[in-house]
Amino acid sequence: MKDREYNYWLSNINNIGPKKIDYLLDYYGSSEEVYKASDDSINEAIKLAMKEGIVRFSKKDADNIRDYKNPERIHMEYNVLLEKGIKFITKLDEEYPKKLRPLYNGPFSLYIKGKLPHIERKILAIVGTRNASAYGMELTKYFSQSLAASGVGIISGLARGIDTCAHKGALEVSGLTYGVLGCGIDICYPRENIDIYMEMQNHGAVISEYPPGEKPYASNFPMRNRIISGLSDGILVIEAKEKSGSLITVDMGLEQGKDIYAIPGRITDALSIGCNNLIKMGAKLVGSPDDILVELLTNYDNNHKSNDNSQLTKNMTEEEILVYESIALEPTNIEEIVRNTSIPISDLMEHLLKLELRDMIKQPYKNFYMKSNL
Amino acid sequence: MFSKAFSAAIHGIDGMIVTVEADVSDGLPVFDMVGFLGSEVKEARERVKIALKNSGFKIPAKRITVNLSPADIRKEGTAFDLPVAIAILGAFGHLPEESFKDILIIGELSLNGRINKVNGVLPIVYCAMQQGFKKCIIPMENSREGAVVEGIETYGVSTLVEVVKFLNDEETLEPLYIPREEMFKDISHKESMDFSDVTGQRAAKRAIEIAVAGMHNILMIGPPGSGKTMLAKRIPTIMPELSFDESMEISKIYSIAGMLDNQGLILRRPFRSPHHTITTTALVGGGRLPRPGEVSLADQGVLFLDELPEFQKNTIEVLRQPLEDRLVTISRLNGTYVYPANFMLVAAINPCNCGFYPDRNRCNCSINQVKRYLGKISQPLLDRFDICIEAIEINYRELAIKQKEENSEEIRNRVRIAREIQMNRYKDQSIYFNSQLIPRTIKAYCKLDKKDQDLLEEAFIKMNLSARAYHRILKVARTIADLDQSPQIKSKHISEAICYRSLDQKYFGTL
Repeated sequence: MKDREYNYWLSNINNIGPKKIDYLLDYYGSSEEVYKASDDSINEAIKLAMKEGIVRFSKKDADNIRDYKNPERIHMEYNVLLEKGIKFITKLDEEYPKKLRPLYNGPFSLYIKGKLPHIERKILAIVGTRNASAYGMELTKYFSQSLAASGVGIISGLARGIDTCAHKGALEVSGLTYGVLGCGIDICYPRENIDIYMEMQNHGAVISEYPPGEKPYASNFPMRNRIISGLSDGILVIEAKEKSGSLITVDMGLEQGKDIYAIPGRITDALSIGCNNLIKMGAKLVGSPDDILVELLTNYDNNHKSNDNSQLTKNMTEEEILVYESIALEPTNIEEIVRNTSIPISDLMEHLLKLELRDMIKQPYKNFYMKSNL
Repeated sequence: MFSKAFSAAIHGIDGMIVTVEADVSDGLPVFDMVGFLGSEVKEARERVKIALKNSGFKIPAKRITVNLSPADIRKEGTAFDLPVAIAILGAFGHLPEESFKDILIIGELSLNGRINKVNGVLPIVYCAMQQGFKKCIIPMENSREGAVVEGIETYGVSTLVEVVKFLNDEETLEPLYIPREEMFKDISHKESMDFSDVTGQRAAKRAIEIAVAGMHNILMIGPPGSGKTMLAKRIPTIMPELSFDESMEISKIYSIAGMLDNQGLILRRPFRSPHHTITTTALVGGGRLPRPGEVSLADQGVLFLDELPEFQKNTIEVLRQPLEDRLVTISRLNGTYVYPANFMLVAAINPCNCGFYPDRNRCNCSINQVKRYLGKISQPLLDRFDICIEAIEINYRELAIKQKEENSEEIRNRVRIAREIQMNRYKDQSIYFNSQLIPRTIKAYCKLDKKDQDLLEEAFIKMNLSARAYHRILKVARTIADLDQSPQIKSKHISEAICYRSLDQKYFGTL
């Protein structure tokens, strides 16, 4: 068997996680030595670990190690990886991301489809709720687009809601984006994100610490968050409820010493409470992508800021401007627009269609309108 | 001796004359009834025998045979009791045969000789009038139903003895007559509900006005408490008043269903709102003895399905055919029944399970849950809704401000004009409303200027519309132009129609 096959064997033994692997490697020197060690020797190593209280092994661990020593099976499984074009790297390899090395309980091995970011590349994690508002999703796309266009890689979890929009935004400007999965690398979950999943492999990478075929168990998702935060240089939280899974990523990021950015919201919005709390605790309040770029890119020039509305509304009639101004950044129902503008419905709808066709506003849900230029 | 009386059976929503023949001959004392009878008609034997005895008539021990002709059509119902009794009395010589030879008789007998009410009196009397009968004897409790038919004398009776005395000229009865003009005059100002009861909701009201003008089906989406049901209940008040023929058609259906309650005619447009646990049969009609379902009871009016996704899937799917043909055809071994079902479908749905999507402060449904909830309605059914509008909750400020709301009459006047325009346009066609246009006729009647054609094309591409949606937009735009009394469809009509375009599942909730 080859070196990598020994590594593959070691990383896939039942119930043997990163910490136990670290200990065994420490004890024997290489994965090949671990493989070749006799049962007695393994038992001795485990006993020592328990005595010194370094790692807590369980009674069955020795059996698990012995049971998986099946060269044909290992060979076959490893070849499947090669056939599917899945890169397999471990802590023992050069390519293993430097940012992950200092992690406590960092993954021993990673499965990768695509290309890992260059070590110099600045990476921003964008996280948030799955059940996002239209405003949150629009905002995510906007931030992701401008940051990716400025050369920042966007990392997220390929989940529904904010994650999806973050990846989409980066891909729309052909930026780099990385998705960390909570399931096997060959499984696209949720399924509707298959387009992003495929495209991402050419503009970044899909990353997982789970072997191919692993189902998306709920317990896997909090774990993969440590990789998202670990690979990033900063974490941007767009929308999060008071107790949100995104905050796990933030906690891990704080432990790892990453910068936390949060977008403020109204205090009455359930989806903004998480973000507002983060700001209270010292996260950086973010009002525009520039606020993040200034921190991330040392040579960033912050002077080309011009968000002039007069340009936008130049060719519009007075009534159209009135309609446009009455539409907020969050979805506004047609009924509210009538109420605010007092324009007769039949005329109002004509203006709305014109604005929509000109991409000034959009209709995220039926008969709800929002501005599409932030 | 032989004797013959006339009665009628119900077939679909029409009456059909049935001859009741009785013969008395020597032989064993048997009472036989033949003529393809339902079990309740066979039971007439016992009721008639005892009712005759209790009314004081002696029936000698002879062989009695009763035949209901035409003998190849199944007879159902209890309306044959009275004519059977009369035919037998004729056969025994208690009554001269000439006394009932041009009278149509219906009624159920009670054992003590009283006459009980029956269903379907109105279509039967109407049929008798058309067949040239001069008089008609009907149960007292149904007398108003029969009295609205012109050209035939109807007599309400309550006992068998009364009928015999009347036929023997021992007693005179006054024929009942209700002048229909007065009935119609009375109702127009007595509506208990009005559109001005609803505060705000201008967009929804406008959408409803358009829907009624062109008889388009409409789908309302909105959180609980946004007034969807309140709006729907008021839709009949802005429809033009019923014509006599329409009223007659509905009244016949209600008469057969036994829901006329002796009020003569149905004068208001029906509003039917079945609960979502309704069965398929109750909705479209049917059963062993076919009866009209809710779609027929809503004929010329509104069928309102609240909480559409909660209905059984196969129950609402059967609506597709009546919506297309505007009638329901029920085929049974012994006949095919046709009921009219010319209704306007109004449906209300919540946007998701909890009802508050897209308000993310209150709704925590995932996008998939929302999609699954709305996915309960199939695309083909969704395609039947030309107009779709989202209603929102009214806030306090809106409720508190006392502003003048339009009342139903003002809206109804506009609707009436728009409908007259359509009637004139389609007078050579077999359709009445814009909603009945098909792609070929859309081309002929919904012509657009080059400029407007471009606008529609731009929207079509931008919004990724389907060919179906395209046709629906044109139909609705035609109605909006008619409401505007504009012969040409203009850009603002198209813009408005696009705003009402039906819900397209793939665009709901995705950005």
